[in-house]
Amino acid sequence: MGIRTFIEGWPVYRQLTGTDPLGRGAAAQSPRTAELTARTETADSMARSVCPYCAVGCGQRVYVKDGQVTQIEGDEDSPISRGRLCPKGAASKSLVTSPLRQTKVRYRRPYATEWEDLELDVALDMIADRVLAAREETWEDVDSEGRPLNRTLGISSLGGATLDNEENYLIKKLFTAMGALQIENQARI
Amino acid sequence: MAEAHPVGFQWVMEAKRRGAKVFHVDPRFTRTSALADTYLPIRAGTDIALLGGVVRYILENGLDFREYVLSYTNAATIISEEFVDAEEGDGLFSGFNPETGAYDQTSWQYAGQEGESGSMDTSDERDTAAGLRHESHGMPIPGQVLRDESLQHPRCVYQILKRHYARYTPEMVERVCGIPQEKFLELARAWTENSGRERTGALVYSVGWTQHSVGVQYIRTGAIIQTLLGNIGRPGGGVMALRGHASIQGSTDIPTLFNLLPGYLPMPHHAKHPTFDEWADSIHHPGQKGFWGNARAYCASLLKAYWGDAATPENDFCYGYMPRMTGDHGTYQQVLNMIDGKVKGYFLLGQNPAVGSAHGRAQRLGMANLDWLVVRDLFMIESATFWRNGPEVETGEITPEQCRTEVFFLPAASHVEKEGTFTQTQRMLQWREKAVEPPGDARSELWFFYHLGRKLREKLARSEKRRDRALLDLAWDYPTQGPLAEPSAEAVLREINGFDVATGRPLGGFTEARADGSTAVGCWIYSGVYADGVNQAARRKSRHEQNWVAGEWGWAWPSNRRTLYNRASADPDGRPWSERKKYIWWDEEKGEWTGYDVPDFEKTKPPSYRPKAGTSGPEGIAGDDPFVMQADGKAWLYAPSGVVDGPLPTHYEPAESPMRNPLYRQQANPSRKVYPDAINSVNPSPPEEQAQIFPYVFTVSRLTEHHTAGGMSRMVRPLAELQPEMFVEVSPELAAEVGLTHLGWAHLITGRAAIEAKVLVTDRLTPLRVEGRVIHQVWLPYHFGYEGLVTGDSANDLIGITLDPNVLIQESKVGTCDVRPGRRPTGRALREMVEDYQRRAFMSPDRHAPVVTPPDPGTSDAS
Repeated sequence: MGIRTFIEGWPVYRQLTGTDPLGRGAAAQSPRTAELTARTETADSMARSVCPYCAVGCGQRVYVKDGQVTQIEGDEDSPISRGRLCPKGAASKSLVTSPLRQTKVRYRRPYATEWEDLELDVALDMIADRVLAAREETWEDVDSEGRPLNRTLGISSLGGATLDNEENYLIKKLFTAMGALQIENQARI
Repeated sequence: MAEAHPVGFQWVMEAKRRGAKVFHVDPRFTRTSALADTYLPIRAGTDIALLGGVVRYILENGLDFREYVLSYTNAATIISEEFVDAEEGDGLFSGFNPETGAYDQTSWQYAGQEGESGSMDTSDERDTAAGLRHESHGMPIPGQVLRDESLQHPRCVYQILKRHYARYTPEMVERVCGIPQEKFLELARAWTENSGRERTGALVYSVGWTQHSVGVQYIRTGAIIQTLLGNIGRPGGGVMALRGHASIQGSTDIPTLFNLLPGYLPMPHHAKHPTFDEWADSIHHPGQKGFWGNARAYCASLLKAYWGDAATPENDFCYGYMPRMTGDHGTYQQVLNMIDGKVKGYFLLGQNPAVGSAHGRAQRLGMANLDWLVVRDLFMIESATFWRNGPEVETGEITPEQCRTEVFFLPAASHVEKEGTFTQTQRMLQWREKAVEPPGDARSELWFFYHLGRKLREKLARSEKRRDRALLDLAWDYPTQGPLAEPSAEAVLREINGFDVATGRPLGGFTEARADGSTAVGCWIYSGVYADGVNQAARRKSRHEQNWVAGEWGWAWPSNRRTLYNRASADPDGRPWSERKKYIWWDEEKGEWTGYDVPDFEKTKPPSYRPKAGTSGPEGIAGDDPFVMQADGKAWLYAPSGVVDGPLPTHYEPAESPMRNPLYRQQANPSRKVYPDAINSVNPSPPEEQAQIFPYVFTVSRLTEHHTAGGMSRMVRPLAELQPEMFVEVSPELAAEVGLTHLGWAHLITGRAAIEAKVLVTDRLTPLRVEGRVIHQVWLPYHFGYEGLVTGDSANDLIGITLDPNVLIQESKVGTCDVRPGRRPTGRALREMVEDYQRRAFMSPDRHAPVVTPPDPGTSDAS
């Protein structure tokens, strides 16, 4: 290695003399980093998405390789966010790939001290039975003057502001048909 | 804003770079304050006094945008001579009924219209949060109104406003808010100087304004200022709500709320809406001017979307199936009913009330008294584990072996594992593409509810019961796809948009909705999002390839308008107010409205159009009336109806305050919603002497690094590492007074709970000098709970249940507490400490502070 090559190997020399005075690009590059490829370049696909945290609605690009989310970045095209994400939005990949995420149905019997496993289909069936039973038990046909009520106040639901419009639509539609009035969400708090 | 909506805040910085002056008002100095030109610390819960001071400054100095105010607002309208202002009623407007806590609004009406709207008693509205209904429209105005264009008539709105705020002087602002007069005047000067033909000012708020017992009136005061200054419907103007969940706007528009149906149609009330006609007429008011004149079409089309072929004009579109409200069925009433054993089952859908709702102990005790609970979430949140890990297990109030609640935890799909739309804070829908399949048993809500509905219908298939017809006749056949049988979100969006029943053609917009059953529309205000069979919310035309309004990115309701009431950006003759603030204008040659945005006005109605007397519907709105959803086409400085706790905002102290109201005998909002339940003890406030037991004011808000109840942040490693523990910020002065040390422990006590936090001594909090005494305020983040990577006591455990009467939102931005050094007691001793405070403050299960403040002892009752 000649003395010149040696000196040019110093990042600070390249930062002072080269095209990267802030030392955030070419000046900071090493042979190892020069060989790295961004995950965004090797992704199989990219989905246009939206940040799930607050309501600013920052654009996200979700990169996927081998069926796994490998990177989530701000969408540079978005007129709202211009490619930027805050600490939470930037942590979205950690959110969706968190090892703490529950991926199995869990069930706690009355008076039990522990969780147990349950098949999803069985859980759905048990919930349907309980909805119908609660509805039967608490149904109100008419008020004291005979005017229609068509409802149950025995079932409540809370949440919706983190969900999609299409989901809220089905929730409201189904609960209304069930006579379950007591639906609320984060807009109330 | 820099803390909780950092990416949105880039636009404030952009404005600042172009010369805008930025003011930040907050009890605590934050990242926003650091970047603002001027920071004003404020006593929590006093914003109406500050804003009222600005209203007075505008009116006393004649600084309103007179041409705008005269033409576009109800400033000139004459009000009934029966109206008595709160200034004369010692804090009560005319029409107050102390028995119900509600107002009769008859005397608030426009002159000559007092008797025309039928009963104006608002007690039902107050119970059912009917104020929310007006998110997309105003209340009815029958007939023509009396006006005085000179604004001199003593009963015209302008003069009433001037008298109402006459006492809100800079001195009063200082007395009430603790804001020095010179700082207040700096704000008032800058705001008014930056408004007019050439300039506009914007107002941004968040739940720091809504979560009060008089929250809606905070925003009303802001709207009064912005209207007086001509800052509505114009570029760079507005009153902007920064909302805190990805689709909290969407879940209000398509409401998972008890009192609303999609598009702000009211959920039927058993006494007011026994029939379809009464329901529809209550919305569109036959003879009514403005765009609500078409409401019958929205009502019929919604029911057609719900019940499909079964819904016909002959059977009133199955209106008979609709459940009916009888009063308050809101989330806090529900929780109290759970404690009383009236609620059997509870679904939690991405919400964590054990941490995120006021009075955490009541929330958890309520959940511990259910038959069953279904929790659908990404993570094992506190609301799923209260029966084994909640604080009440330690205090002995919940014992797993005795807790009967059956709990189903069902994992949910994340935002990248399903497709669909979020509606962001500016009413814009953005479609998300699906990136990957959800893992394991995780499913979308779309999947869960579609298949739950399918199962319910299967189980009831042979039912003969009348009550089951609503489920069996429901239009519920959505196409499913893939190995998980995921319903098509696009098919649901198409139904939301609406379609022609005979041909299936998607509607182009809500003007195509019909009342005869020929159209089905799931949410009329979203109609147009699927116009031409194209998913308009999925549009992603780069900001580099379109104008600055960016109308081809996503889709905003209504009709893709990005700025509401933008007809007001032009003068009455349709010309821009100035070249600099040009936005929408009348093109004389083409005979149409044009500009950078979609005009919020009938496209070819000229500025010179005047309706014939007695014309109803949109044709009743003149060519120079921009506020087309209001029945008089005007912005309301004074609200004769639609706001249940007063036609004008006025300062009341928070439900819990260490201060006597300096303005009135009436201490707190007389119409606030209280729940005198044994578990809901509210700390005493002046004139009650025991107020001194809780001498300090606390407020809560978000950290940049956490989100709401922590379910999406305390479980995420990088975020948990950035903000690892619960803390309380206190001023050096308070630390000295109480004996707190930086990085040591403190505990805070209210009538509900005691919680502990690490101490952060900082001059970000300033003791305020108010009425000759020092008020100390402390600040807490509200994200912590007992599950996740980082844990801590929950700030919401401190907070009681007192609600705004318009929208039933709790007062969680301000309360009183005591602060002590060291850690809190544990086990049974924790409850004993709280009970000791309750005893000393004379708080017993059957004693609750009077809603209407009695005369102070020793003073005569002159009023």
